[in-house]
Amino acid sequence: MGHTMPQDEAQAVTVVVPSLLAKVMGDRRELSVPVDGAGTVAGVLDRLAADYPVFDRRVRNELGEIRRYVNLYVDGDDIRGLDGTGTKVRPGQELLIIQSVAGG
Amino acid sequence: MGPTVFHSDDLGQTWQEPENGAIRFAEEDGAALERIWQLYPDAEDRPGVVWAGCEPISVWKSTDGGEHFELNRSLWNHPDKEQWGAGYGGAAAHSVLPSPADPDTVHVAMSTGGVYRSTDGGQSWTARNHGISAYFMPDPNPEVGQCVHKIARDPGKPDTLFAQNHHGVYRSDDNADNWVSIADGLPTDFGFVMLTHPRTSGTAWVVPIKADGERIPPEGHLAVHRTNDGGASWTRLSTGLPDREFNAVLRDAAAVDTAEPAGVYFGTRGGSVYASADEGNVFVEVASHLPDVLCVRAAALDGAHDAAG
Repeated sequence: MGHTMPQDEAQAVTVVVPSLLAKVMGDRRELSVPVDGAGTVAGVLDRLAADYPVFDRRVRNELGEIRRYVNLYVDGDDIRGLDGTGTKVRPGQELLIIQSVAGG
Repeated sequence: MGPTVFHSDDLGQTWQEPENGAIRFAEEDGAALERIWQLYPDAEDRPGVVWAGCEPISVWKSTDGGEHFELNRSLWNHPDKEQWGAGYGGAAAHSVLPSPADPDTVHVAMSTGGVYRSTDGGQSWTARNHGISAYFMPDPNPEVGQCVHKIARDPGKPDTLFAQNHHGVYRSDDNADNWVSIADGLPTDFGFVMLTHPRTSGTAWVVPIKADGERIPPEGHLAVHRTNDGGASWTRLSTGLPDREFNAVLRDAAAVDTAEPAGVYFGTRGGSVYASADEGNVFVEVASHLPDVLCVRAAALDGAHDAAG
């Protein structure tokens, strides 16, 4: 990322979703979400929720909490070890969403 | 990735999910849906009405065929709420029984909390556990706090209900005001399943499990027990069932259909599903090696053999 990114995407966060969620996001695995310097994970999810309400329900519950078996990483760091959905995201960073492995 | 409701209007050929979810707490409720335990269509003459029982303990009603549900806030804000607890499976309203005879009467069962009844269409609710034991509580006969596992209504007498409790099998003949034990004649009073007949009064089925602390069929012998006299006597039914079976049968993993004679179906946590076309006299295994079976439903379709799903 970074060097070859077009100028307009330089002001965006790249959100990468698993194939299960791509189905409710127009079959896209990667989406570009504009952020200003003060963006948070919650803000990115809010922007996506406006266009993809089913995506939002899969990732967050009614209280805005990330569901138990969903993990989010900002440039590879689990947001649960950072500031949760309040974790800052800057343009050019990647927000990776994956299903966690549950069960034996 | 979270509980959600899909609906189908073409017998399962295609499924739809409302964008914003069929069951969803509002911000003011301060809660998030954990699990949907029960979807229950209302009586035949109330088409489009579907009830849902959920975790956290809540009851929901849809009037558009299950596309959108509304939270019953009278139960949600009930003064008994702080006395409700979580059973081993979580704190859930797992049974919702609208009365076919009276559109204003609805019974709900929750673990833990017990049986609640509304006689005003869900505007108010009262605990109805008199006679049901809660041996695991300091007061073993409280008004509230029972762990009722399943309730079922008699088809011919709408004021008669049957309950499989967390130890204890009961019947009420007065719309759940009072419950009497009908466990005599059963090998154990623990279990999860309670089924009533689609047409015949006094006929019910249970699947006894050894005990709270030992959730296996008694002595490893899986059997359904049927009463034809409201619980005064029970008949053990095991023809076609395996000699050795150590898996339990969960509360919604059993069903009857509306055929004549009635079909009886159930599945085990070991992934087997058994079906009987003659009210339980003879079972055949119709599926095996599934994951643990949580829900079995059966319907008789016009122009086709019975379908179990």
